[in-house]
Amino acid sequence: MSEHILTFVVWLPILAGVLVLATGSDRNAPLARWIALAGALAGLAVAIPLASGFDTSTSAMQFVEKAPWIPAFNVFYHLGVDGISMPLILLNSFTTVLVVIAGWQVIQDRVAQYMAAFLIMSGLINGAFAALDGILFYVFFEGMLIPLYLIVGVWGGPNRVYAAFKFFLYTLAGSLLMLVSFIYLYFQSGGSFDIQTWHTTTLGMTAQTLMFFAFLLAFGVKVPMWPVHTWLPDAHVEAPTGGSVVLAAITLKVGAYGFLRFILPIVPDASHELAWLVITLSLIAVAYIGLVALAQSDMKKLIAYSSIAHMGFVTLGFFLFNPLGVEGGLVQMISHGFVSAALFLCIGVMYDRLHSRQIKDYGGLVHKMPVFAAFFMLFAMANAGLPATSGFVGEFMVIMAAVEVNFWYAFVAATTLIFGAAYTLWMYKRVVFGKVTNPHVEAMSDLNAREWLLMTVLAVCVLGMGLYPKPFTDVMHVSVVDLLAHVAQSKLP
Amino acid sequence: MNLMSFAPALPEIFVLVMVSLILVIDAAVDDSKRYLAFVLSLATLAGAAFLTARDLSTMPVLALNGLFIDDPLSDVLKLFLYLTTAVVLVYSRDYLRQRGLYKGEFFVLALFALLGMMVMVSASHFLTLYLGLELLALSLYAMVALQRDSSIATEAAMKYFVLGALASGMLLYGMSMVYGVTGSLALADIAQNLADGTDLRIPLVFGIVFIVAGLAFKLGAVPFHMWLPDVYHGAPTAMTLFIGSAPKIAAFAFVVRILGEGLESQVAEWRDMLVILAVLSMAVGNIAAIAQSNLKRMFAYSTISHMGFMLLGILAGTQNGYGSAMFYVIVYALMSLGGFGMILLLSRAGFESDRLDDFRGLNRKSPWLAFIMLLLMFSMAGIPPTVGFYAKLSVLQAVVEIGHVWLAVVAVVFSLVGAFYYLRIVKLMYFDEPHDSTTVSASFDARALMSANGLAVLVLGVLPQPLMAVCLHAVGASF
Repeated sequence: MSEHILTFVVWLPILAGVLVLATGSDRNAPLARWIALAGALAGLAVAIPLASGFDTSTSAMQFVEKAPWIPAFNVFYHLGVDGISMPLILLNSFTTVLVVIAGWQVIQDRVAQYMAAFLIMSGLINGAFAALDGILFYVFFEGMLIPLYLIVGVWGGPNRVYAAFKFFLYTLAGSLLMLVSFIYLYFQSGGSFDIQTWHTTTLGMTAQTLMFFAFLLAFGVKVPMWPVHTWLPDAHVEAPTGGSVVLAAITLKVGAYGFLRFILPIVPDASHELAWLVITLSLIAVAYIGLVALAQSDMKKLIAYSSIAHMGFVTLGFFLFNPLGVEGGLVQMISHGFVSAALFLCIGVMYDRLHSRQIKDYGGLVHKMPVFAAFFMLFAMANAGLPATSGFVGEFMVIMAAVEVNFWYAFVAATTLIFGAAYTLWMYKRVVFGKVTNPHVEAMSDLNAREWLLMTVLAVCVLGMGLYPKPFTDVMHVSVVDLLAHVAQSKLP
Repeated sequence: MNLMSFAPALPEIFVLVMVSLILVIDAAVDDSKRYLAFVLSLATLAGAAFLTARDLSTMPVLALNGLFIDDPLSDVLKLFLYLTTAVVLVYSRDYLRQRGLYKGEFFVLALFALLGMMVMVSASHFLTLYLGLELLALSLYAMVALQRDSSIATEAAMKYFVLGALASGMLLYGMSMVYGVTGSLALADIAQNLADGTDLRIPLVFGIVFIVAGLAFKLGAVPFHMWLPDVYHGAPTAMTLFIGSAPKIAAFAFVVRILGEGLESQVAEWRDMLVILAVLSMAVGNIAAIAQSNLKRMFAYSTISHMGFMLLGILAGTQNGYGSAMFYVIVYALMSLGGFGMILLLSRAGFESDRLDDFRGLNRKSPWLAFIMLLLMFSMAGIPPTVGFYAKLSVLQAVVEIGHVWLAVVAVVFSLVGAFYYLRIVKLMYFDEPHDSTTVSASFDARALMSANGLAVLVLGVLPQPLMAVCLHAVGASF
């Protein structure tokens, strides 16, 4: 078992998903739910040894597994994690449990298929984080589109078909060009799909630049960066709560992860050359999308835009090329995983009761749901980057790193502290405070035990990471320093 | 010539004998014993498979005075031809019975077509190539016209016949040019002759142009694709299933034998022609498919684009390229069987189930079949973890290997366009509600085979190595 931890982490959720699928029709829905929960918890349980047995003193890949998979193309079943991917796998396994619990009562139609889609996707995402072979990565990276497409399309809102298509085709467009880059790298590296071999493959500037753009499109769409972000608000608005949580908390991170695993180390010279481009796009995302969020009347859309702005921070941090920035970006990724999951769950709680996501339909919630209002307050503050919450740590690190590079980067980036507070708190004020104007709000009940559990767990995560982020940065530090040392070397022939 | 020199052609001889037997037996029995022809046909396929598998060649063996070749490539392709034909027969049984087409003629024609394909994959001479091709084509024309009271089927058969005959004419014309230049019709001699160099460049290039045009007609590559949507649409679905699967495998062999073997040294001449055909096919096929409301027509255009993809492998002109094209075409046959097979499974007496709308809400009616169709659609779109992805990957790496990175980029752009209409099928099945409450009434064996077909797409996607190795090995040992 111990030498195959990653295989378990990847395949256990997928097998659990298949098992859930086998329960068939909605007559067996309770059984499907329990199997799904057991599968998600087991998936989290097998992932824990990754953290407990992790060696923070090395940047080498750990828990490595390697076996020939498609010898015809020299493709290997090659898994391994370092300080960058390990926390993300844990985050994903953790989120899967939340999602299963969140859909417990809300989803009444085709329960088995719903739960199975999430479990299978969870396994595929773990695979994408753990894969060290280009084709293996691509298979997981693309494979996750299928369950997500179904989740948005089957259980989503009124405009779900449009959103599902847009999401699928946007992401596919990016990744297909990446596939061509992979094949090109295969020949340049002398017939290898090994990602670590690609890290040392020399490449000319033209090839690097073209590949940079291919990768930027592939991962930029997933992140999503401005201006290829437009699929995200649509997908979020139409997705069921669980879908939004996974989208925001996890799948966006796959894109950001791609920056660190592929773009920076494989095309370092082009990355340095074109860092201004990514930084500009990131700053636009931070400032402009922050303003866009301010104008939203739909809560899910608002959080979706806020996600884009926060992810702008992540990509900004990565392209500052100093450890503080990259670590800040990574911390921000994990923090955003918690915070956005929590906010989407909060909106889900409200939506389940009133069936509306419009801010104007609410007001005065604090009178009817005081406990909920308190939790919502905490998460809203975390989203705004209040110190002592996880949201603050990453943003602060990235802004510090930006000051070192260029004051104006930091200046623009810091506007998020204003905009973020503005759109989040303004929304909070309109939804929670004031008088109860909508008679339906009058009938709303406070959190039930299941929701209470979800909120508490997330609140602990948000506060814990905000007060004591050191365990997270310790895990990343060596890998990040090593990555940056690698990126500093030119790969030009 | 002693008797042993016929040995390499034993499967062909066996099939021929059996077809003749079935023809006689079927004429002698009444309608209640019609299943005899069905069972005997399957037995023929099993027997032929046994004969081929018993005597797997490790190196090329020429027979019948150099007209016929038995090499690993032909053995592997023949095995897949038997398999494909058998699947076609099982899928189409209920459909044919409901429409009064469950007659000996269907089985006899299918087996004659199979014989033609077997000759094509084993041909080492222009004459045998042409012989096999015509045997296949004439059987197919007749099959399309088998439903003689259907005007649309008759029209399709007519179109197919006229354009097919035209293509054959072009092919023959091209072959005669090459004969004029090289003085031989045997592929090995032609290759030898051309490798030594010739000063008759113009007639040679002229010949190649005609040959490529003829081949493009048979494959259905743009701009020689006009017949394909009409024939696919007009023919009874069982015939479309057959036309859309096994003959593609034979066509691959046909193209590789002529271009890769006979005209190997002229790769510089035909590569550019194939580049144009491939790009146009991918473009027109994928774009036109979006506009279709009939599933058979949509698959017809999708076939055109898939043939464009397969050409990518062939135009590389390397062993790796031929191997990947072979992998592609076998995978395509598998997916095509599943796609058309699903239409057959969902159809009933008086209901063809060939409109896109007929798939609406399939997940409500039959989640399992919807899931199988989902796998098939994602495979056709080339999304991992289905085998369609590796088919695309293999041809793309073949074109990148010869330095045509731009071609790979064009190909992926059009496969993105293609993803849209496959996704639409998934959307209809999963996102929409059914508009009637009919249930699926397919027979158990067809269902079981369809499950195997769909799962094969997934299993080969998780473990593509065996099939890929077989293809690369067959090509490597034969060229």
